[in-house]
Amino acid sequence: MRFWKLLKKSPWSARFGFLVIFFYVFLAVFAPVLTPYSESQIVGAEYEPWGEGFLLGTDNLGRDMATRLIYGARNTIGIAFITTCLAFFVGILFGFLASTLGGWVDQILARIVDVMMAIPSLIFALMILTIVGTSIPALILVIGILDSTRVFRLARAVSMNIVVMEYIEVTRLRGEGLWWVMRREVLPNALAPLVAEFGLRFCFVFLTLAALSFLGIGVQPPTADWGSMVRDNATLISFGDITPLLPAGSIALLTVGVNFVVDWFLHLTSGLKE
Amino acid sequence: MTQIVVLVAQRLALGLLTLFVVSLIIFLGVELLPGDLAEAILGQAATPETVAAFRRELMLDLPAHERYVKWLVDMVQGDMGRSLANKREISELIGGRLGNTMFLASLAAVISVPLAVTLGVLAALYRNTLFDRFVNVVTLSSISFPEFFVAYILILFLAVKISVFPSISNIYDELTFLEKLYRSALPAFTLTLVVVAHMMRMTRAAIINLLASPFIEMAHLKGLSRSRIIVMHALPNALGPIINVIVINLAYLVVGVVVVEVVFVYPGLGQLLVDSVSKRDIPVVQASSLIFAGTYILLNLTADVLSILSNPRLMHPK
Repeated sequence: MRFWKLLKKSPWSARFGFLVIFFYVFLAVFAPVLTPYSESQIVGAEYEPWGEGFLLGTDNLGRDMATRLIYGARNTIGIAFITTCLAFFVGILFGFLASTLGGWVDQILARIVDVMMAIPSLIFALMILTIVGTSIPALILVIGILDSTRVFRLARAVSMNIVVMEYIEVTRLRGEGLWWVMRREVLPNALAPLVAEFGLRFCFVFLTLAALSFLGIGVQPPTADWGSMVRDNATLISFGDITPLLPAGSIALLTVGVNFVVDWFLHLTSGLKE
Repeated sequence: MTQIVVLVAQRLALGLLTLFVVSLIIFLGVELLPGDLAEAILGQAATPETVAAFRRELMLDLPAHERYVKWLVDMVQGDMGRSLANKREISELIGGRLGNTMFLASLAAVISVPLAVTLGVLAALYRNTLFDRFVNVVTLSSISFPEFFVAYILILFLAVKISVFPSISNIYDELTFLEKLYRSALPAFTLTLVVVAHMMRMTRAAIINLLASPFIEMAHLKGLSRSRIIVMHALPNALGPIINVIVINLAYLVVGVVVVEVVFVYPGLGQLLVDSVSKRDIPVVQASSLIFAGTYILLNLTADVLSILSNPRLMHPK
């Protein structure tokens, strides 16, 4: 109910963002019901134009473009979401550990993260995926861990201000363990900035995964994925056909939507009037 | 003054340490492979003799730390070994391509930096007007676009619908400078669009942050015009964070170039890296990752040092 009240006062950009996100989640959840064909079924000739039967034409192997676009929502968003969750789990866990334990644990973790953040993540991901080979679990693990460094920084900075509070000291004196302190005392008080960061990180992970798939090193065929769909059908652009832009546009629309919502959320929590 | 020297020296030492650790990671990454490189590359069907020959060639029979020292020393001296895929010298493969990548990145920088600062100053000057809102929404959106989306939109409009620029950037040494410029136009525009947003937003924010300071109020009370206050009084004081974000974006340019090079088939280092990744040509991947990571780290280091140097509080300690 409070959420509805807030939403009523929200600017058009945030409402648009919410609309986009709900639409994508709907598509992702109900993909098998909404699509006439299955994900990698070849249903026609290559590169058929838009029209009856194939709403958005067919792709380079004769698969229905609209079907793959909807399944792409499921795969691309799903993988990006799991990756972001992994990054947050690892980042928050180590960030809170660093701030709660302090001392040498903090020093060592912070130095490791400094070094990891100095490496450009796309290059690092390319290198590691060359070595371990590309598979979806490897992709999730590599991007998730590389990205957890940014979450670590934020989680550590936020919780640094929390662990010096009296109520943490009280909990400690009561004899609660480390896990309890981190989960029951630090986490709820650090949640607001972390939620906003989740949106930003999701966009970043989503774009990195799309870039990797576009380069042919991310999600492998025949799984429908927006990045690789752009790559596979890119030749159509030189004939002035905009079909290959649709998956790229879908990526752009979702990141714009999430950014709008995060922008509004940050504005709300910062309490700025201007 | 000594305080600054110490701070800068600390940053430089940390940067060198980072470079060292990164080289270690790039080298040791291969060691994480289950089995070893020879078996992974040659596959299961390889006979023990070919595996043994391959290992000798890559010196895999030496212990890891000896190989690392030799690899690093060779690397620094410019001897990067040979490619697994076509047996060519890696330094020969990389040489011209590195030049092309640097050409593209600097072209994008020359266009984007003045553009971003000008737009940022204008948005700060006309803040909360329609112009500011418009620029804000456009930049927020362009940050969220994948690079290849921007690239293909530019191709669609500037190469296919109206053929102004070529959609494939075929660059080679014999071309004149102007010809190179013309052929690199679209990739450079793409990179510009990708980085301008961030730099412009930071410029605007850095200037607006200063507007509540007493010296700006003083300038107001003296009766100076708004544009004069922003350009002559606020901008010089906001230069520290602006320079910082510019250098960080230049570092991003060097790396972001990978995707753009692939879209425009631009013969640069990024293209080579991606090709080698899909061929699993590990020596080439290691060498080009080291170059990319090294450049990125050095530019970030420059940003750190510049932001220390441009901080007046550190320059004039009490």
